[in-house]
Amino acid sequence: MSTTQGLARTAASAPARSAGHHSRLNRAQAGAGWLFVAPMVVVLGIFLFLPVLMAAWVSVSDWNGRGAPWAPGVNFVGGRNYADVLGGQGLAARDFGVSIRNNLYYVILVVPIQTALSLVLAFLVNKRALRAKGFYRTAFYFPSVTSSVAITVLWLFLFSASGAVNAVLGWFSINGPNWFADPDGLIHLMLGGGDGPDWLQAPGLFGISGWEWLAGPSVAMTAFILMAVFTTSGTFMLLFLASLQAIGEETDEAAMVDGANAWQRFRYVTLPMLRPTIFTVLTLGTIGTWQVFDQIYTGTRGGPAKTTLTPAYLSYDAAFVSQDWGRGAAIAFVLFAIIVAFTALQRLILGRDNDRTSRRIERARLQATAQTAAHTVPGGSAAGPTIGSSDGPS
Amino acid sequence: MPRTTRAAATSLAAATLLCLTACSNGFSSANQTPIASESANTNPVTVLIGSSGDAETTSVKTAVAAWSAKSGIQAEVKVASDLTQQATQGFAGGKPDDVLYVSTDQLAGWAKNGSLEPYGDQLSNKADFYPGLVKAFTYDDRFYCAPKDFSTLALVINKSMWSDAGLTDADVPTTWDQLEAVAKKLTKGKRVGLAFSPEIARVGVFMAQAGGGLLSQDGKAQADAQANVDALTYVKKLLSEGVAAFSSDLGAGWGGEAFGKKMAAMTIEGNWITGAMTSTYSSVQYTVAELPAGTQKGTLQFTNCWGIAADADNKAGALSLVEFLTTTQQQLTFAKDFGVMPSVQSATEQYKTDNPAMVPFINGAQYAQNLPSMAGAADVLKDFNSQLTGLKGKDPKTILASTQKNLQAVAG
Repeated sequence: MSTTQGLARTAASAPARSAGHHSRLNRAQAGAGWLFVAPMVVVLGIFLFLPVLMAAWVSVSDWNGRGAPWAPGVNFVGGRNYADVLGGQGLAARDFGVSIRNNLYYVILVVPIQTALSLVLAFLVNKRALRAKGFYRTAFYFPSVTSSVAITVLWLFLFSASGAVNAVLGWFSINGPNWFADPDGLIHLMLGGGDGPDWLQAPGLFGISGWEWLAGPSVAMTAFILMAVFTTSGTFMLLFLASLQAIGEETDEAAMVDGANAWQRFRYVTLPMLRPTIFTVLTLGTIGTWQVFDQIYTGTRGGPAKTTLTPAYLSYDAAFVSQDWGRGAAIAFVLFAIIVAFTALQRLILGRDNDRTSRRIERARLQATAQTAAHTVPGGSAAGPTIGSSDGPS
Repeated sequence: MPRTTRAAATSLAAATLLCLTACSNGFSSANQTPIASESANTNPVTVLIGSSGDAETTSVKTAVAAWSAKSGIQAEVKVASDLTQQATQGFAGGKPDDVLYVSTDQLAGWAKNGSLEPYGDQLSNKADFYPGLVKAFTYDDRFYCAPKDFSTLALVINKSMWSDAGLTDADVPTTWDQLEAVAKKLTKGKRVGLAFSPEIARVGVFMAQAGGGLLSQDGKAQADAQANVDALTYVKKLLSEGVAAFSSDLGAGWGGEAFGKKMAAMTIEGNWITGAMTSTYSSVQYTVAELPAGTQKGTLQFTNCWGIAADADNKAGALSLVEFLTTTQQQLTFAKDFGVMPSVQSATEQYKTDNPAMVPFINGAQYAQNLPSMAGAADVLKDFNSQLTGLKGKDPKTILASTQKNLQAVAG
């Protein structure tokens, strides 16, 4: 979606800027631009903008799931649905708190692991010396093209009490857990279980005690975490691979001439150049992991003991199963706010000079392309300088 | 540039409003006039079912086709993969299927928002249904829909393990102490005596047997009653002694799987287990007994009804179809085709004659309890189930106290 919007913006703004002071031409071109993007704007409006508006209305109404949300008889109830979810010590708030806890551990574990793993995989399959590169690239990418439902079902079999994973653990005399039925939190297990110290027992945020907040991902959730890493690493490997190939051999060779060893080349040359891609991967990873739904829906439906309940699944459950549509929509919007907040935080931490770096790289690449084009394609020189100059000084 | 953006945004907003007003036509509020007084029409009737398998689908399709031929009204059966979601979408869109399966869990939500027609009192065979089932489908003092069929829980026993342990027919437990004793005898190696899933829908039988239950006779929350504490304490004792186990702890999806795979010698399950035993675990010989009593006899019952949508195109036709589907003869046919128990009392004797092995299940109808099903109850039960998983290491009183708090919020 964001790509399409970005394209739309570029389509509309690029001619506007290059035309400069010829305002009539500018308007005509802008009009043409809008004409071209109109079908997409209409499609996005109907299938994205309109449903979002409707959901926003449902989240502040008492719509009960029958007839249209804007039909007479549906009343505005203000922030009541949000208050049910965010405030108080009721079941609605506690369920939401539990789902946030579960998903937070999921995000904290999945995002760094999948980013690191995909980077490593990209490096491995980018090696010049590697034989059967194509095979490995396909193999690592394969889980990403498989439907998440199919992988979840596979996972249920692999991680069942008498499944393949436990059988392998058995070779090492490890008595594997009953993965998808085990609600014990990893941190709790590391601390030796029990009920925790007294000062952590009082109901805290969302009515959940400090001890429960510290439970860590349950064994069942850990299986989902492994699955997320397994399925998405391939996708992100592809992103890293693309930018690794864009860097090219020359940079690496230049660093070699300067006497940098392999680690130094990675740490001080390649990694800084990958920064925009890392930011992209982290952002996509964070958004994807906060929205985890299909695995939960297919696999555990929130169980065991609600330890795989996530806000996205809770939202579905509240609306479709409990017929509590206002609460379901409210959860969805709170989740949206959380995702925006996390992405903003990430941008603040590591994306601050991202724009500048990426713009510099982009400009260099465009100039290189323009020069190549000028040499090879007749008439290509006309397009080259225009794009280059439109970027302006930064 | 900013001007064009604003123009686009304005036109989008205008289009939005246009659609909002245009689409909002055609929805009317629920009317409460008797179905019979509505002018009869010949609109086709659609039936939405959530099927347990081919046997049920074929049987329902045959029955609906028979009614269609008799009444001259076209009828179509649709099998939902996710019934709740598909029905909900129909209700929200204002074009629901006319007749659909409704579970007790869903009744309150759909009755409250007016999606269902409360037609129960207009049924010509209303008096024939078991009173407990009528109660399960009564919301806000109105009998909403005709019970389709029902199930109860009973004790299922593995015959060869039973005799191997030196037990005879006379040893079938009728009290909690006897149940514990036979479970102990049947526990051998990794195999436990008794297994059932960690949910209120199984463990609740012990509450009923102790004279408790989550709701009192007048529908008030009483989760923390002493009888319930006794029941959970008893279950905890069985689990701690290792003579009973939750099916999930054995690595089975439900009690029937643990039983069929010989991980347990006994299980507490509903009459649907007979289907699984025949199709999947045909080598296991089993027998069914009524559940033992605590201070009284007790079991749980589960049921679905034939709901009619308030926005149905042909309510008179739908009502006639439901009456046809709940006749004594048709109920016996369903029972034969896919193993359910008839919801009408006039079919009971014939059913017992036809299915002698199922007698303990249908006898349970005399003393079976319904689980709480008011709006919001499903979430409370889910929360209770989530705590039940860890019963072995928890104080029953703590679990029941938190459930009481949640239940009071929805039941009063």
